[in-house]
Amino acid sequence: MTDVTFILHDGTRRIVDVADGISVMQAAVMENIKGIDGECGGCLSCATCHVYVESLEAGELPAKDPDEDALLEGVAAELRPESRLACQIVMSPALVGLVVRVPERQV
Amino acid sequence: MVDRLVVIGASHAGCRLAFAAREEGFEGEVVLIGAETAPPYQRPPLSKGYLKGSVPLAALRLKSDAAFAEARITLRLGTTVTAIDRAAKEVVLAGGERLAYSKLALTTGARVRRLSVPGADLDGVLHMRDLADADALAAAAKAGRRAVVVGGGFIGLEAAASLRGLGLDVAVIEAEPRLSARVFPPRLSEWLRDLHEAHGVTVRLGAQVVEIVGRDGRVAGVRLADGTKVSCDLVVVGIGVIPADDLARDAGLAVDRGVLVDASGLTADPDVAAAGDCARHPNPWAPRPGAPIVLESVQNAADQARVAAAALFGRPTVHDAVPWFWSDQYDAKIQMAGLPDPDDEILLRGDPASGRFSLLHLRDGRLAAVDSVGWPQDHMAARRLLATRPVVDRARVETHTGPLADLCSPG
Ligand SMILES: Cc1cc2nc3c(=O)[nH]c(=O)nc-3n(C[C@H](O)[C@H](O)[C@H](O)COP(=O)(O)OP(=O)(O)OC[C@H]3O[C@@H](n4cnc5c(N)ncnc54)[C@H](O)[C@@H]3O)c2cc1C
Ligand code: FES
Repeated sequence: MTDVTFILHDGTRRIVDVADGISVMQAAVMENIKGIDGECGGCLSCATCHVYVESLEAGELPAKDPDEDALLEGVAAELRPESRLACQIVMSPALVGLVVRVPERQV
Repeated sequence: MVDRLVVIGASHAGCRLAFAAREEGFEGEVVLIGAETAPPYQRPPLSKGYLKGSVPLAALRLKSDAAFAEARITLRLGTTVTAIDRAAKEVVLAGGERLAYSKLALTTGARVRRLSVPGADLDGVLHMRDLADADALAAAAKAGRRAVVVGGGFIGLEAAASLRGLGLDVAVIEAEPRLSARVFPPRLSEWLRDLHEAHGVTVRLGAQVVEIVGRDGRVAGVRLADGTKVSCDLVVVGIGVIPADDLARDAGLAVDRGVLVDASGLTADPDVAAAGDCARHPNPWAPRPGAPIVLESVQNAADQARVAAAALFGRPTVHDAVPWFWSDQYDAKIQMAGLPDPDDEILLRGDPASGRFSLLHLRDGRLAAVDSVGWPQDHMAARRLLATRPVVDRARVETHTGPLADLCSPG
C-alpha cells in the first residue's frame, strides 16, 4: 500500500492509501475523488482521468504509451508537461510521495 | 412519509445515479439494490483484459466500501426486486420484504438474447454479460481448444480476440453479410474481418446457426443452415441484449423494448426515473431525433444517470451529451463518436492498411459521427467538434494528415 495525495480543484487535499497494482484512476474513482471520472475503466479510451503530477519527475513515473500521448492531446483542461492519464499510473512502492492535482474539468 | 431514493440495479448507471443524488443535495436515505453478489464493477473489461487475464478482479471495482459509506449509500447486493407497487410507493424484494420509496430509479440494464435453436442450453453454451459469465468463459477457455463465437458485434468480436489471445482456435459466425453491420459502415466491417482473419480467426458471414450439436450433454459443435458443421468445445453467444423493462411494464409504466423516459430521464411518473441500458429515450444525436433510442454504452449510462438524478430532485435538464463508445480487439483501438446512420455519406481519412484511419459520417452535409481506428486524437477531437455539427472540407480529407479540426468549419 502506498499513499497518493490528490489535490482537488478547490484546493482540498485527500490522501488515499492505494494497493500495489491498482492505478491512480481506479483508486480515485473507487474513493469518489471529485473530478476524476475514468469512464472507460482504464481502457485508454476516454481521457477523463487527466491529472497533473506535482511531486515526481516524468522519469520516475511509469512510461507513457503512445496512445496516452494521443489522448492527452484531446483533454478538456489545459495540457501541461506534467499532464498524465491517471489510469496509466499503476501504483507501486516506487511511487511513494505521489501528489497529483485534479484539473478543472474532464469533459 | 419516507424520504428514500431506491435504485434498482447496481452497475454503471445505478452507482452513478446514487452518487449523483448526493451531488444534487439529496439528504434522505439512498438504497442501491443489485441482483448480483459481486460489489459493483466495470463491465467493459469483462470481454477484454479481464477475460484475457491481464486485468485483475480488484481493478474492476466501481466504488469502494468506504466511498459508499461516506456517501451514505446502503448497498443491498444479491437482492432482486420482484415488483414495484406504485400505488403504495414500495418495491417488493425476492422473499417478500417491502421497501418504501419517495423516489425510484430503474437502472436494471439489459439481459442477453439467447439462441432459440435446438441445443441452446447444452453445457458449454456461454454468454457474456456479467462477471459470472466472464468467469465461466475463462474457465471453459482453459479447458477447451476450439471456440465458436455466434455474432460478429462488439461483444462477440472482443470475445473472439480475447479467446484467440488465450490460444484457442476461434470461428466467428455472423448472420449478416458483414461484421458489426448494425453500427459500422462496410469499409470498417471489411477491415475488421481482415483483422480477425490475420489473427487466425475463421470468419463466416451470412451464416445461420440452426443447431448446437451436443455429446453427453456438452457442446460438440454447431450446425449451419447450409449443412456445414463446425466442431468446437465451447460456444459464446453474442447476439445482442434485451432491455430489462419487465418491472416497469408490470408496474404500469410505458415500455417499448425499454423503459420509456423523457429527455430528462423521467418516466410518466415524476417520482420514477430510468437510465442506462434499460432506458429508451429521446436523443438529439439519433439519426432520426424523433424516435427514442436505447444506447448500450458506459458513456450513456453515466451521463443519463446524472441527468436522471437531477430530474428526480427537481432540476430537470436534457440528456444531450455526445455519444461515444470504444472497442478493443487485439491491439486495435476502435473508437466511435456520435451515432451512425446507414444512409450517412462516408469519407475515408488515412489508410486502413496502416491501422490508423477514420471514417467521417456526413449527414445533410455535416459531420454527424466519426469512427476511428488507432487514431485516438481523431476520436478526442471528434467528441468536441461534433457538438458544432461542422461542415467538412471534402477536397482535403484524403490528403490532410494533421488535426481533424483543420478539416472542419462552421459552414
Ligand atoms: C462484455 C461487455 C463489454 C462491454 N464493452 C463496452 C465498451 O467497451 N464500451 C462501452 O461503452 N460499453 C461497453 N459495454 C456496455 C456497457 O457495459 C453497458 O452499457 C453498461 O454496463 C450499462 O450499464 P447499466 O447500469 O445500465 O446496466 P447493467 O450494467 O446491465 O447493470 C444492470 C444491473 O441491474 C441488475 N438488475 C437487473 N434487474 C434487477 C432487479 N430486478 N433487481 C435487482 N437488480 C437488478 C443486474 O443484475 C445488473 O447488475 C459492454 C458490455 C458488456 C457486457
Ligand atoms: S480511464 Fe479512460 S483513459 Fe484513463
